Amino acid sequence: MPGPQIILAADVTTNRQHANVAEVEQRLGSLELILGISAVRKTVLIIVLAIIWQVYASYLDNPLLFPTLSDTLTTLYDRFVDGTLPSRIWTTLQVLITGYVAGTLLAAILTILAINTRIGTDFLETMTAMFNPLPAISLLPLALIWFGLGASSLVFVLIHSVLWAVALNTHAGFLGVSRTLRMVGGNYGLTGLSYVTRILVPAAFPSILTGLKIGWAFAWRTLIAAELVFGVSSGQGGLGWFIFENRNLLDIPAVFAGLLTVIIIGLIVENLVFQTIERHTIQKWGMKE
Amino acid sequence: MLQAIQQKMDPTAGLPDVKAASEAKSLLTVDKVTLRYKTPNLLITATEDVSFSVERSDRFVLLGPSGCGKSTLLKAVGGYMAPVSGSIHINGRPVKKPGADRMMVFQEFDQLLPWKTVLENVMFPLVVARKLPRREAEARAKEYIDKVKLTRATDSYPHTLSGGMKQRVAIARGMAMQPDILLMDEPFAALDALTRRQMQDELLQLWEDTRFTVIFVTHSIAEAIKISNRILLLSPHPGRVKAEVIDVDRPCQDDGSAVALERDIHNLLFSESGHRE
Repeated sequence: MPGPQIILAADVTTNRQHANVAEVEQRLGSLELILGISAVRKTVLIIVLAIIWQVYASYLDNPLLFPTLSDTLTTLYDRFVDGTLPSRIWTTLQVLITGYVAGTLLAAILTILAINTRIGTDFLETMTAMFNPLPAISLLPLALIWFGLGASSLVFVLIHSVLWAVALNTHAGFLGVSRTLRMVGGNYGLTGLSYVTRILVPAAFPSILTGLKIGWAFAWRTLIAAELVFGVSSGQGGLGWFIFENRNLLDIPAVFAGLLTVIIIGLIVENLVFQTIERHTIQKWGMKE
Repeated sequence: MLQAIQQKMDPTAGLPDVKAASEAKSLLTVDKVTLRYKTPNLLITATEDVSFSVERSDRFVLLGPSGCGKSTLLKAVGGYMAPVSGSIHINGRPVKKPGADRMMVFQEFDQLLPWKTVLENVMFPLVVARKLPRREAEARAKEYIDKVKLTRATDSYPHTLSGGMKQRVAIARGMAMQPDILLMDEPFAALDALTRRQMQDELLQLWEDTRFTVIFVTHSIAEAIKISNRILLLSPHPGRVKAEVIDVDRPCQDDGSAVALERDIHNLLFSESGHRE
């Protein structure tokens, strides 16, 4: 009785070249490639919405309630050219960046303490539980008494809005780092700060980035709202004040222009800044779900 | 075959003077180690009174069914947990915390740092733990990446690699550090059967090249026999030394002997619990 036999495939024995090997990898069609880019799809969506706006506002024909897109864009252009909007944007961004950076740094210190000491963990968890649900804007009246009318009140409120969101997400991210990666870090003899910066921060980067994004959104909204409430200090109002001021003047296209500016800046930061960071980090590392 | 198996239950087994002499210059000595760890509501004794020693260039396998504490024992050697009693010494120094003189290779595929390429992953411990200059670290990393046949993947990120390739990177990373001892915690357990066999062959080939010392944890008798020159058999609940198999690589010429040894070990491991499959 014969044992097992191995019968080779015909093309293995003859060792011939595969003729159709080019078909293993084929380029997709160009339409498919273009539609594969989410930016393209989103731009198309925005254009459609813009057309709806224009058509509806023209049909309504009531510039005091709902100006057309073209009116809004004209006003936007005019206010840009005469320098009002750029200076308002600059004022807002200055305060915003100060508050955002300060809030993020404080969050970093708190989470590093929290990951290394138990009292730090308890402190962070208690403070986050207390202050995260508290809308930052509700601290504004108090901040005005403490710091007076001016940028420092705004920065205080901004720190509050950024700090807890960033700290909460960073801490959750640190805790979610897999046991294996922690053991790898220990194996390399990393401890303390170098362990945090070289293992925990990159490993928790998806959560940290989410925290930074949420913090940014909170800060941006809080700032515009705060400017609407108490407006101007020393003649230097920001975007929120610009909107408020023009509503009082019943210059509704300018109000819309102000709102549009707020939206555009938000989009730029989300789509350019954060997505660029994301592409060069967690997407490249295969850490994005 | 059974001469090779020293039953630890027999107190006269092993010549005492030879044993003492080898212990004096053993690379790693584990002496009467008892390990316990806590789960939220239990205190579990993983191993009790376990002693063994590992010599230079040993391929030492800890073998036993699940629950025999072999992984816990390896973690203790790695310095991740301290024994309740007993002591662990490496090169005469007591093991107190994790360190780069004992590089670990884990079972999990996520042991590579996902934000670093293959090359950076292998280089990283060389730079942070060995304090090598970057150029030297890079040269050595590349040398070991070549050894595990990953030259083409040098600049890839781990998420683009297959499971077997990830484990190769982890092995290269461990070996590039040229540690006193390489600790492997079921490194091939999560791989498919074909890749697993290939990896075992490659590991043996690497050992032929550099004669590194390795402790290898597995629950596969066949893998233990294939890889090791010494096997420590552990019994479960709690983990105790049941026997030690020496000169495992000696009878490899004869085909039948590996099968016979596998059966002997199997019978020994399952003799008490009574189920002989």
